[in-house]
Amino acid sequence: MKTGALRQILLITDGCSNTGEDPIAMAALAKEQGITINVIGVMEKDIIDEQGLTEIEGIALSGGGVSQVVYSQQLSQTVQMVTRKAMTQTLQGVVNRELQQILGGGNTVEDLPPDKRGEVMEVVDELGETVELNVLILVDTSASMKHKLPTVKEALLDLSLSLNARAGENRFSVFVFPGKRNDVEKLLDWTPKLESLTSIFAKLTTGGMTPTGPALREALTYFKKKRSLRSLLSGDDESFIEESV
Amino acid sequence: MMMNHSLKSLCKVSPGTPINGKWHGNQYKIIKELGYGANGIVYLTSHNGVQVALKMSDNGMSITSEVNVLKSFAKVQGSTLGPVLLDVDDWMSGSDRISFYVMEYIKGPDLLTFIHQRGESWISVIVLQLLSDLQKMHENGWVFGDLKPENLIIMGPPPRIRCIDVGGTTINGRAIKEFTEFFDRGYWGLGSRKADPSYDLFAVGMIMLNIAYPKRFTKTTGGMDQLKLMIEKSRELSMYKGILYKALNGQFSSAVQMRGELLQSLQTQQTRTTTKTKTKPSPQRQHNVSQKTVTRQAYRKKSNKGGIIETLIVLSVISMLYFLYIWLSF
Repeated sequence: MKTGALRQILLITDGCSNTGEDPIAMAALAKEQGITINVIGVMEKDIIDEQGLTEIEGIALSGGGVSQVVYSQQLSQTVQMVTRKAMTQTLQGVVNRELQQILGGGNTVEDLPPDKRGEVMEVVDELGETVELNVLILVDTSASMKHKLPTVKEALLDLSLSLNARAGENRFSVFVFPGKRNDVEKLLDWTPKLESLTSIFAKLTTGGMTPTGPALREALTYFKKKRSLRSLLSGDDESFIEESV
Repeated sequence: MMMNHSLKSLCKVSPGTPINGKWHGNQYKIIKELGYGANGIVYLTSHNGVQVALKMSDNGMSITSEVNVLKSFAKVQGSTLGPVLLDVDDWMSGSDRISFYVMEYIKGPDLLTFIHQRGESWISVIVLQLLSDLQKMHENGWVFGDLKPENLIIMGPPPRIRCIDVGGTTINGRAIKEFTEFFDRGYWGLGSRKADPSYDLFAVGMIMLNIAYPKRFTKTTGGMDQLKLMIEKSRELSMYKGILYKALNGQFSSAVQMRGELLQSLQTQQTRTTTKTKTKPSPQRQHNVSQKTVTRQAYRKKSNKGGIIETLIVLSVISMLYFLYIWLSF
């Protein structure tokens, strides 16, 4: 089975959006384009307010991804876990659709007897190891995130360590919001390694509003640009996965 | 947290509830909850009067994935590290489908509790057992991945190390599926997260550090420097220093190699400690120098002969234990 690259947006934030479009709607839009959105809420000692929590869960739910709220100390482990989980989820969706075509009707893996599911899972595992993965990382740099940024940097380096242990290719890009002039600012263009983040993160300034919705909208266009540019260069027509679970 | 939420509400089952398998028709009665992790909840249940452990999850795929690992464990000759898989099925709880699998109930204290109760002398025994189990796994192309004391249970008597969570087990050469930072070489900046035998051996080294530092410690400088410092500071670990350095630096290519060197160092250590305890008995420290040298020389003469006998005894006891253990594990 051949799948195109998996595309994910990883949103790291610590609270509610307060300007621009509804981020949950933007997440739904992303899902329609085959891009999964995962959200990690970073807490300090305090607990994220109810409204923030609802938004975090809502974005992931309508973005077809995974959400998790953590204390900043657990960020590294969570970032890689969430990315992996969402990846498996998407691949399961792909495999399920293939199965439905073969078996007909609404049959999914779960409708197979338990003994048969194992083989399907092996296919998912195999795909998870070899599939190309593109992750656009979107970091909230509003004032309250200031002292959490070093942990975020560590977590992202750790994510690249985890994903680069796979046989498949990885591409990462990093954006922060709000940007200096726009809602979103590009920190790092598509790259297989995140090491260069160390120097860039040190210079980051925090402050301003939390335009989560506009940031997501911007990020989506960046996937498109990259896709068209790549297909122009290589001339290949990659079949992107159009829908996630 | 959101995932745990949904999991807890779906899979929260009260004692006495019968769990009926949809495909194989077996019934399991819930006795109590044994524990829960990211991938599901484990219950103690009874099936035809026998106590068995049952793990359920609303995420059927993670159950399937673990079942795959347990099945492949079953094919490994003589390996007893993981629990024996007994049944895989679905349970219809109302309109929800909950996947579960049933395994042998492994009862006993976890590794840290066991060492705490029974004493340091058990460290080497447990580590030796663990290493020979890992060797068998590695030979069959698997890497354990998420090795940590919480997942390691000492059954017995006779004490025997077993593992209760196989969720992190990964095919050799692939990216490690699950890990815990303290036991992960990537976290300490000492290697990749690609599964290979030395990944597990690093974790074994960190388990030994965890025994010396039950509360663990966080990364400051990271790397070998910090770990070396922590080993130096620990009294319990002094006798394992050499082996720990090599395991943490990824210098052992196989578990059997690490095991061999551990055995060897234990043997030399054992003779040395017996000699030391014999030199010590002078309770007053205010001996004058000449007297001290005299006693020591006198002792040395004696000890040469005694030393050989002691070495032989220790060697034979260790090899007897080893053979007994091999014989038991078949």
